[in-house]
Order: sequence, then C-alpha cells, then structure tokens
Amino acid sequence: MRKTFFTRFLLIAALFLGQFTFASETKEEADGHGKDLKTEIKEYIAHHLQDAHDFSLFSYTKENGEHKYVGFPLPVILWDNGLKVFSSSKFHHGETLAEVDGNYYKLYHSKIYKTDAEGTIHYDEDHHATNVKPLDFSITKNVVMIIVTGLLMLWLFTSLAKSYGKNNGIPTGAGRFFEPIVLYIRDDIARPNIGEKRYRKYMPFLLTIFFFIWFLNIFGLTPLGINVTGNIAITVSLAIMTFLITNFTGTKDYWMHQFDPLGKSLPWYGKIPLYIILVPIELLGLIIKPFSLLIRLYANMQAGHIVLMSLIGLMFIFKSWLGSPLSFGLAFAISLIEVLVALLQAYIFTMLSALYFGFASEEHEHDHEHEAEVAH
Amino acid sequence: MEKLLEEFSVGLFFWQTLLFGLLLFLMWKFAWKPILKAVNDREDGIKDALAAAEDAKKEMQNVTADSEKLLKEARAEREAMLKEAREIKDKIVADAKEQAQVEGDKLVKQAQATIESEKKAAVADIKAQVANLSIDIAEKVIKEELSDKKKQEKLVQDMLGDIELN
Repeated sequence: MRKTFFTRFLLIAALFLGQFTFASETKEEADGHGKDLKTEIKEYIAHHLQDAHDFSLFSYTKENGEHKYVGFPLPVILWDNGLKVFSSSKFHHGETLAEVDGNYYKLYHSKIYKTDAEGTIHYDEDHHATNVKPLDFSITKNVVMIIVTGLLMLWLFTSLAKSYGKNNGIPTGAGRFFEPIVLYIRDDIARPNIGEKRYRKYMPFLLTIFFFIWFLNIFGLTPLGINVTGNIAITVSLAIMTFLITNFTGTKDYWMHQFDPLGKSLPWYGKIPLYIILVPIELLGLIIKPFSLLIRLYANMQAGHIVLMSLIGLMFIFKSWLGSPLSFGLAFAISLIEVLVALLQAYIFTMLSALYFGFASEEHEHDHEHEAEVAH
Repeated sequence: MEKLLEEFSVGLFFWQTLLFGLLLFLMWKFAWKPILKAVNDREDGIKDALAAAEDAKKEMQNVTADSEKLLKEARAEREAMLKEAREIKDKIVADAKEQAQVEGDKLVKQAQATIESEKKAAVADIKAQVANLSIDIAEKVIKEELSDKKKQEKLVQDMLGDIELN
C-alpha cells in the first residue's frame, strides 16, 4: 500500500519535473548559451549514477579553465593477459591515458577501454565504443563504500552484541536504536512470513541484507555522490543470493509444488495438458521473483537520485527569484521522501526475501496431520 | 535492457558478492548470533519472571483466602462462645432466683412455725398464771367468807336452798 503511494508520488514528481525541464528548454534555447549548462548537468547526473574509479568528493573549475578534483585515487585492477594493478590517478579523471606494461588504457564514460598509444576510441553505428574492455576488478568508489558500510555494520552490531554482556542484557548507546529494528525484523518480517519453527536459520541473512541496503541507501543521500544500491551489479548480486537461499533451502513440498502444482486433486492423464502450460509458468516464477527484487531496488534508487539531482540542477538553470527557491523546496521535500524510500526499499527487499523463504521452507502440516488421523 | 546490460559491471558484481558473503559470515558469527541469543535469553527471563509473578499472585490469593477463612472461623467461634456464655449466665441467674425463692419460702415457714409455738407457750403460761391467780382469789374470798359463823350458816343455807330448787 505504502509502496504504491511512494511510487505514485515519485511518478507525479517526475511528471512535473518533465514539464519544468520542457518549459525551460524552449526558454533557454532562445537565450542561446543555456544549452551548455543543461547538457553539462545531464552529463553530470549520468556520471554520478555510475560507478567511479576514484573517490572524488567534489570538483570545481579554476579561473584558467582547469578542472580541479578534490578526493583521492583508488587502485585499478585489470585482468588483461595478466594482472595489472595501478592507481587511478594515472587516468587524471579521464583526461589522460594510463600506460601500463606497454598497454594503453582509457577511461571513457566511467569504463576502462584498451586503446592504442593515441587513445583512439572506435565507435559503431549507435555511437557505442567497440574497443576491447579488459576485465575490470578495480576497487571502485562503490567497492569502497561496500567496505565502509560493512565495517560500519560490523562495528555497530558487534558493539551491540558486546553491550549485552556488560549491561545485564540491556543494550547501551546506539544499540538502543538498532535493537528494536532487529526485533522488528525478527517479529514482524521473519516470524509471520517464514514461520515460528524455521525462521531462525534465515535471520542472519535477513538482518544483514536489511541493514546493508538501508545503510547504503542512506549513504546515497549524502552529498558524497554515492549510488551503490542504484547499481545493477549490486542488486543482481543481492537478488541472486536470495534466489540461491530460497532454492537451496526449499523443502520437498516446495519442489513438489513447482513440478506438480495440482497434487492429488487431478488424475495424471488430466494433468498432462495443463502441465504443459503450468509447469513452465511455475518455473518462470522462480526467476521472476528475484528479478522483480533486483529491478525494484535498482529502479527506485536510480529514480530517486535522478529526480533529486535534476531538481538541484534546475536551480542553476532557472536562476530566478521564483524558479530556484521553488526547485530548492521541491528538492528538499523529495530528499525527505527519499529518506523514507531508503528505509522502505530496504524493508521491501527484506520482506519479500522473507516471503520467498517462507514459500520455499513451507511444509504442508495439514497433510501430515490428516495422515496421522487416518493411521489412528 | 541493453542499457542495463551495458551498465552491469562484472568487477563490481564480483566484489559485491565476495564482500557481502564475507560480511554475512562475520555478522552471523560476531553480531547476529550473540544479539539474537541475548534477546532470546532476555525474553525467556521476562517470561519466567512473569510466570513467577503469576505464581506469587496465586499463592498470595491462596494465603489471603486462607486467612479470610481463619478469620471467619474465629469470628464464628467467638460468636458461639458469646452465645454460650449468655446462655450460661441466664441459666445461672434463673437457678439463683429459684434457689432464693425456695430458701425464702423455707425461712418464712420456719419463722411462722416458731411464732406459732411461741404463741402457744405464751398462751399456756397466761393460762397457768390466770389459774393460780383465780385459786388465790378464791382462797382469799373463801377465807373471808368463812371467818364468822353466821356467814358460814348462811352459805350452807344458800347452797342447800339451790339444791332444793334443782
């Protein structure tokens, strides 16, 4: 219920935004030089949404037109006929080529391409680069944030765990805030969806995934320009884990339901025509469930960032007493909503994972009871 | 879809899976396990404490009921004792009254009997004295009367005369 409200709200916000930008486009074109700023903002947003090979906090342009970046470089790890490790400072934020062991690499749209000594990029008809992309295992900005979040979580929750021993089973400090959330996940997500008997073995995954997504979503709202949960590789990885756990912990009943959904209610010759359609649908459902998870998280976080950054960008485009405060107010309101969305998306991912685990680990106790009665 | 595939970074996927797996393991071992255990222990403790409180309440109720019962019994006993005492008192009073009546009657009868006998004795005494006095008077009269001859003769005459008349 709540989720549809938020998506609707975001949709409406996006619609308004579209009109605003459209309205401003015509105006700016009349001005002539406004288009530069617009494309710059668009590129800036696109750049922000992607992973980066260096951790830049902000950048500015000097009076002599030189771009100055404030931040620190990160290690680049490539597999290109052998392991190549070098600092991302060699790219100079994409301005220069990096030369390693006689190979030349170019940073182009946040991706590393292998080029010749001049850094030529070959394009196909759709303006896609066709250069060879070496396997990139770099410690990127997102990887750094994953490590930071992981360390933060470890620190927070091990100190919570320790505080129980010191304070007679009552948490202290930040644990007082996080313990009710842990209990909420146990009592209102795991228990009702998975069941009293089996929820325990899923708890570590549910708790980890909830806090991991939530913390990264919140990090995404800081001005550091981080977008981890809005990256498709991250959500794919998370969804695959849910998928694997669902199917590896699946009971006999669960698999019976996948391949024999009607059970004893129909004789085998009646099942054949139905199952030609039914079984593929059931199997497709296996894939669709985690797929919906990964797309939902990705799209929500991505959309939130786009809306928020576009509204901030509008402030620079309008440059008027009316438009800029208006877009500032909107950006403020949306960022408040984004705080909620950050929590909500973590909740939904955890909730649905728990629901899928519940389906998979379900045992039909009614049948057993019935059999027991017959035996008596 | 094509854009999504292009955005997909194998390296990031690799790191995410590896780091998340590691994080999951570490959190499981060092955070969630002790936290959930502590919370469960605490909940069990609360449950036990509540059960104990419930038991104590029941015990208390029993004790109260017992004392109530005892009090009632004591009250009833006191009531019975008072009643008995009252009855005894009434009986004693009634007995005493009866006895006094009997004793009084007896005394009155005795007194009456004494008075009667005293009276009889007095009357007898008076009778004897009167007889003596009469004899004395008669003696004196007779002595007087029989002092001279004339009178003696006259008396004999009178007496003879009476006899003739009869």
